[in-house]
Amino acid sequence: MTGNRVSYTLDSSLDSVNQAEESALQFAKNSGFNEDDVQRISMAVREGVVNAVLHGNQYDPNKKVRVSFENSGDAMLIRIADEGAGLDADNIPDPLTPENLMKTSGRGIFLIRTFMDEVKFKSLNPGTEITLIKRVSGSAADAKESSQ
Amino acid sequence: MTMKASSRQVNGVTIVDLSGRITLGEGSVILRDTVRDLLSKGNKQIVLNLADVSYIDSSGIGELVSAYTHVRREGGELKLLNLTKKVHDLLQITKLYTVFDIKDDEAAAVAGFSR
Repeated sequence: MTGNRVSYTLDSSLDSVNQAEESALQFAKNSGFNEDDVQRISMAVREGVVNAVLHGNQYDPNKKVRVSFENSGDAMLIRIADEGAGLDADNIPDPLTPENLMKTSGRGIFLIRTFMDEVKFKSLNPGTEITLIKRVSGSAADAKESSQ
Repeated sequence: MTMKASSRQVNGVTIVDLSGRITLGEGSVILRDTVRDLLSKGNKQIVLNLADVSYIDSSGIGELVSAYTHVRREGGELKLLNLTKKVHDLLQITKLYTVFDIKDDEAAAVAGFSR
Protein backbone atom coordinates (compact mmCIF):
# COMPACT_ATOMS: atom_id res chain seq x y z
CA MET A 1 0.00 0.00 0.00
CA THR A 2 1.15 3.51 -0.71
CA GLY A 3 -0.05 6.55 1.19
CA ASN A 4 -2.76 8.78 -0.31
CA ARG A 5 -6.00 10.48 0.66
CA VAL A 6 -9.23 11.51 -1.06
CA SER A 7 -12.19 13.41 0.36
CA TYR A 8 -15.72 14.17 -0.80
CA THR A 9 -18.45 16.55 0.30
CA LEU A 10 -21.78 14.94 -0.51
CA ASP A 11 -25.44 15.91 -0.49
CA SER A 12 -27.75 14.19 1.97
CA SER A 13 -29.21 11.85 -0.62
CA LEU A 14 -29.39 8.20 -1.61
CA ASP A 15 -27.19 8.95 -4.62
CA SER A 16 -24.45 9.98 -2.19
CA VAL A 17 -24.71 6.61 -0.45
CA ASN A 18 -24.15 4.77 -3.72
CA GLN A 19 -21.36 7.14 -4.75
CA ALA A 20 -19.50 6.73 -1.44
CA GLU A 21 -19.88 2.96 -1.57
CA GLU A 22 -18.48 2.77 -5.10
CA SER A 23 -15.60 5.14 -4.27
CA ALA A 24 -14.73 3.10 -1.17
CA LEU A 25 -14.74 -0.08 -3.22
CA GLN A 26 -12.30 1.40 -5.76
CA PHE A 27 -10.07 2.91 -3.07
CA ALA A 28 -9.91 -0.37 -1.14
CA LYS A 29 -9.13 -2.30 -4.34
CA ASN A 30 -6.38 0.13 -5.24
CA SER A 31 -5.02 -0.13 -1.71
CA GLY A 32 -4.44 -3.85 -2.18
CA PHE A 33 -7.15 -5.37 0.02
CA ASN A 34 -8.40 -8.83 -0.91
CA GLU A 35 -11.85 -9.25 -2.43
CA ASP A 36 -13.57 -10.16 0.87
CA ASP A 37 -12.12 -7.14 2.66
CA VAL A 38 -13.01 -4.86 -0.25
CA GLN A 39 -16.63 -6.00 0.13
CA ARG A 40 -16.54 -5.51 3.92
CA ILE A 41 -15.05 -2.03 3.58
CA SER A 42 -17.51 -0.89 0.91
CA MET A 43 -20.45 -2.24 2.92
CA ALA A 44 -19.23 -0.53 6.11
CA VAL A 45 -18.90 2.75 4.20
CA ARG A 46 -22.37 2.30 2.75
CA GLU A 47 -23.83 1.75 6.22
CA GLY A 48 -21.90 4.71 7.62
CA VAL A 49 -23.11 7.08 4.92
CA VAL A 50 -26.68 5.75 5.19
CA ASN A 51 -26.48 6.58 8.88
CA ALA A 52 -25.18 10.07 8.15
CA VAL A 53 -27.75 10.82 5.43
CA LEU A 54 -30.76 9.18 7.08
CA HIS A 55 -30.32 9.49 10.84
CA GLY A 56 -27.78 12.32 11.01
CA ASN A 57 -28.79 14.83 8.37
CA GLN A 58 -32.27 13.35 7.86
CA TYR A 59 -32.10 14.07 4.10
CA ASP A 60 -31.81 17.82 4.84
CA PRO A 61 -30.66 19.39 1.53
CA ASN A 62 -28.85 22.13 3.48
CA LYS A 63 -26.67 19.62 5.34
CA LYS A 64 -23.66 17.85 3.87
CA VAL A 65 -21.88 14.57 4.49
CA ARG A 66 -18.09 14.65 4.42
CA VAL A 67 -16.32 11.42 3.55
CA SER A 68 -12.60 10.78 3.34
CA PHE A 69 -10.48 7.72 2.59
CA GLU A 70 -6.86 7.58 3.61
CA ASN A 71 -4.25 4.94 2.98
CA SER A 72 -1.81 5.05 5.88
CA GLY A 73 0.44 2.34 4.54
CA ASP A 74 -0.76 -0.50 6.75
CA ALA A 75 -4.44 0.44 6.99
CA MET A 76 -7.33 2.25 5.34
CA LEU A 77 -8.84 5.03 7.43
CA ILE A 78 -12.33 6.21 6.59
CA ARG A 79 -13.98 9.24 8.11
CA ILE A 80 -17.69 9.98 7.66
CA ALA A 81 -19.11 13.16 9.19
CA ASP A 82 -22.64 14.50 9.25
CA GLU A 83 -24.19 17.74 10.49
CA GLY A 84 -27.03 16.19 12.43
CA ALA A 85 -28.17 16.29 16.05
CA GLY A 86 -25.51 13.82 17.21
CA LEU A 87 -25.32 10.15 18.05
CA ASP A 88 -25.07 8.56 21.50
CA ALA A 89 -22.57 5.86 20.55
CA ASP A 90 -22.58 4.33 24.04
CA ASN A 91 -26.30 3.61 23.91
CA ILE A 92 -26.80 2.01 20.51
CA PRO A 93 -29.14 -0.99 21.01
CA ASP A 94 -27.65 -4.44 20.37
CA PRO A 95 -29.54 -5.89 17.37
CA LEU A 96 -28.70 -9.45 18.46
CA THR A 97 -30.70 -9.42 21.69
CA PRO A 98 -34.06 -11.25 21.60
CA GLU A 99 -36.03 -8.02 21.98
CA ASN A 100 -34.24 -6.41 19.02
CA LEU A 101 -33.71 -9.41 16.76
CA MET A 102 -36.90 -8.91 14.74
CA LYS A 103 -36.66 -5.14 14.48
CA THR A 104 -36.62 -3.82 10.94
CA SER A 105 -33.76 -1.35 11.56
CA GLY A 106 -30.80 -0.79 13.86
CA ARG A 107 -28.19 -3.08 12.29
CA GLY A 108 -26.03 -0.53 10.46
CA ILE A 109 -23.54 0.33 13.22
CA PHE A 110 -23.41 -3.34 14.24
CA LEU A 111 -22.39 -4.34 10.69
CA ILE A 112 -19.78 -1.56 10.58
CA ARG A 113 -18.26 -2.81 13.84
CA THR A 114 -18.34 -6.39 12.54
CA PHE A 115 -16.60 -5.60 9.25
CA MET A 116 -13.97 -3.12 10.44
CA ASP A 117 -11.00 -3.56 12.80
CA GLU A 118 -11.64 -0.36 14.71
CA VAL A 119 -14.54 2.11 14.90
CA LYS A 120 -14.45 5.45 16.72
CA PHE A 121 -17.14 8.07 17.24
CA LYS A 122 -16.48 11.75 17.75
CA SER A 123 -19.06 14.44 18.54
CA LEU A 124 -18.87 17.48 16.31
CA ASN A 125 -20.69 20.74 16.74
CA PRO A 126 -23.03 19.97 15.11
CA GLY A 127 -22.96 16.35 14.03
CA THR A 128 -21.00 13.16 14.42
CA GLU A 129 -17.82 11.89 12.85
CA ILE A 130 -17.25 8.17 12.63
CA THR A 131 -13.76 6.83 11.90
CA LEU A 132 -13.42 3.33 10.47
CA ILE A 133 -10.09 1.54 10.30
CA LYS A 134 -9.33 -1.58 8.31
CA ARG A 135 -5.82 -2.98 8.47
CA VAL A 136 -4.29 -4.89 5.59
CA SER A 137 -4.24 -8.66 6.03
CA GLY A 138 -1.59 -9.66 8.49
CA SER A 139 -1.63 -6.30 10.22
CA ALA A 140 -5.18 -6.98 11.43
CA ALA A 141 -4.34 -10.43 12.67
CA ASP A 142 -1.22 -9.13 14.41
CA ALA A 143 -3.13 -6.30 16.04
CA LYS A 144 -5.92 -8.58 17.28
CA GLU A 145 -3.45 -11.12 18.63
CA SER A 146 -1.43 -8.44 20.38
CA SER A 147 -4.52 -7.06 22.09
CA GLN A 148 -5.57 -10.41 23.52
CA MET B 1 -27.82 -2.84 -10.55
CA THR B 2 -31.45 -2.22 -9.70
CA MET B 3 -33.60 -4.94 -8.23
CA LYS B 4 -36.17 -6.91 -10.17
CA ALA B 5 -38.92 -9.14 -8.86
CA SER B 6 -41.11 -11.58 -10.76
CA SER B 7 -43.65 -13.99 -9.33
CA ARG B 8 -44.81 -17.44 -10.42
CA GLN B 9 -47.10 -20.08 -8.94
CA VAL B 10 -45.97 -23.62 -8.13
CA ASN B 11 -48.59 -25.91 -6.53
CA GLY B 12 -50.36 -22.99 -4.88
CA VAL B 13 -47.15 -21.47 -3.58
CA THR B 14 -45.90 -18.12 -4.88
CA ILE B 15 -42.24 -18.07 -5.80
CA VAL B 16 -40.79 -14.58 -6.09
CA ASP B 17 -37.60 -14.56 -8.12
CA LEU B 18 -35.54 -11.58 -7.02
CA SER B 19 -32.41 -10.28 -8.72
CA GLY B 20 -30.05 -7.40 -8.07
CA ARG B 21 -29.50 -5.53 -4.82
CA ILE B 22 -31.89 -5.25 -1.88
CA THR B 23 -30.69 -1.97 -0.45
CA LEU B 24 -32.08 1.25 1.01
CA GLY B 25 -34.30 2.86 -1.61
CA GLU B 26 -35.59 1.16 -4.71
CA GLY B 27 -34.57 -2.41 -3.85
CA SER B 28 -36.23 -2.39 -0.45
CA VAL B 29 -39.33 -0.66 -1.81
CA ILE B 30 -39.76 -3.22 -4.62
CA LEU B 31 -39.54 -6.09 -2.12
CA ARG B 32 -42.02 -4.38 0.24
CA ASP B 33 -44.50 -3.63 -2.55
CA THR B 34 -44.22 -7.13 -4.01
CA VAL B 35 -45.00 -8.84 -0.71
CA ARG B 36 -47.84 -6.45 0.11
CA ASP B 37 -49.33 -6.96 -3.34
CA LEU B 38 -49.21 -10.75 -2.97
CA LEU B 39 -50.84 -10.62 0.46
CA SER B 40 -53.57 -8.30 -0.78
CA LYS B 41 -54.42 -10.88 -3.45
CA GLY B 42 -54.58 -13.67 -0.90
CA ASN B 43 -51.23 -15.26 -1.74
CA LYS B 44 -49.94 -16.12 1.72
CA GLN B 45 -47.52 -18.94 1.00
CA ILE B 46 -44.48 -17.18 -0.34
CA VAL B 47 -40.93 -18.19 -1.23
CA LEU B 48 -38.37 -15.48 -1.88
CA ASN B 49 -35.80 -16.88 -4.29
CA LEU B 50 -32.59 -14.96 -3.57
CA ALA B 51 -30.34 -16.88 -5.98
CA ASP B 52 -29.66 -13.78 -8.06
CA VAL B 53 -29.54 -11.27 -5.21
CA SER B 54 -25.97 -10.09 -5.25
CA TYR B 55 -26.07 -7.79 -2.26
CA ILE B 56 -28.18 -6.87 0.75
CA ASP B 57 -27.52 -3.99 3.14
CA SER B 58 -28.94 -3.42 6.63
CA SER B 59 -32.04 -1.84 5.12
CA GLY B 60 -32.55 -4.92 2.94
CA ILE B 61 -32.16 -7.18 5.97
CA GLY B 62 -34.77 -5.08 7.72
CA GLU B 63 -37.06 -5.45 4.73
CA LEU B 64 -36.72 -9.25 4.84
CA VAL B 65 -37.61 -9.18 8.54
CA SER B 66 -40.56 -6.92 7.77
CA ALA B 67 -41.75 -9.25 4.99
CA TYR B 68 -41.46 -12.25 7.31
CA THR B 69 -43.45 -10.66 10.15
CA HIS B 70 -46.00 -9.15 7.75
CA VAL B 71 -46.73 -12.52 6.10
CA ARG B 72 -46.94 -14.29 9.48
CA ARG B 73 -49.29 -11.64 10.80
CA GLU B 74 -51.59 -12.33 7.86
CA GLY B 75 -51.60 -16.02 8.71
CA GLY B 76 -49.16 -16.98 5.98
CA GLU B 77 -45.67 -18.42 5.72
CA LEU B 78 -42.54 -17.04 4.08
CA LYS B 79 -39.44 -19.00 3.20
CA LEU B 80 -36.10 -17.96 1.74
CA LEU B 81 -34.57 -19.96 -1.09
CA ASN B 82 -31.08 -20.23 -2.60
CA LEU B 83 -29.07 -17.81 -0.51
CA THR B 84 -25.76 -16.68 -1.95
CA LYS B 85 -22.76 -16.97 0.37
CA LYS B 86 -22.79 -13.23 1.02
CA VAL B 87 -26.44 -13.21 2.05
CA HIS B 88 -26.02 -16.42 4.04
CA ASP B 89 -23.09 -14.90 5.95
CA LEU B 90 -25.04 -11.70 6.65
CA LEU B 91 -27.97 -13.65 8.09
CA GLN B 92 -25.54 -15.66 10.22
CA ILE B 93 -23.84 -12.51 11.53
CA THR B 94 -27.18 -10.90 12.39
CA LYS B 95 -28.46 -14.14 14.01
CA LEU B 96 -31.41 -14.21 11.63
CA TYR B 97 -30.38 -17.45 9.96
CA THR B 98 -32.28 -19.50 12.52
CA VAL B 99 -35.32 -17.20 12.41
CA PHE B 100 -36.04 -17.59 8.71
CA ASP B 101 -37.05 -20.88 7.15
CA ILE B 102 -34.22 -21.23 4.63
CA LYS B 103 -34.14 -23.80 1.83
CA ASP B 104 -31.74 -24.58 -0.97
CA ASP B 105 -34.13 -26.65 -3.05
CA GLU B 106 -37.26 -25.19 -4.62
CA ALA B 107 -39.28 -28.42 -4.59
CA ALA B 108 -38.50 -28.94 -0.90
CA ALA B 109 -39.43 -25.35 -0.16
CA VAL B 110 -42.81 -25.73 -1.92
CA ALA B 111 -43.48 -29.09 -0.28
CA GLY B 112 -42.65 -27.64 3.12
CA PHE B 113 -45.75 -25.44 3.37
CA SER B 114 -48.61 -26.52 5.59
CA ARG B 115 -51.70 -27.56 3.63
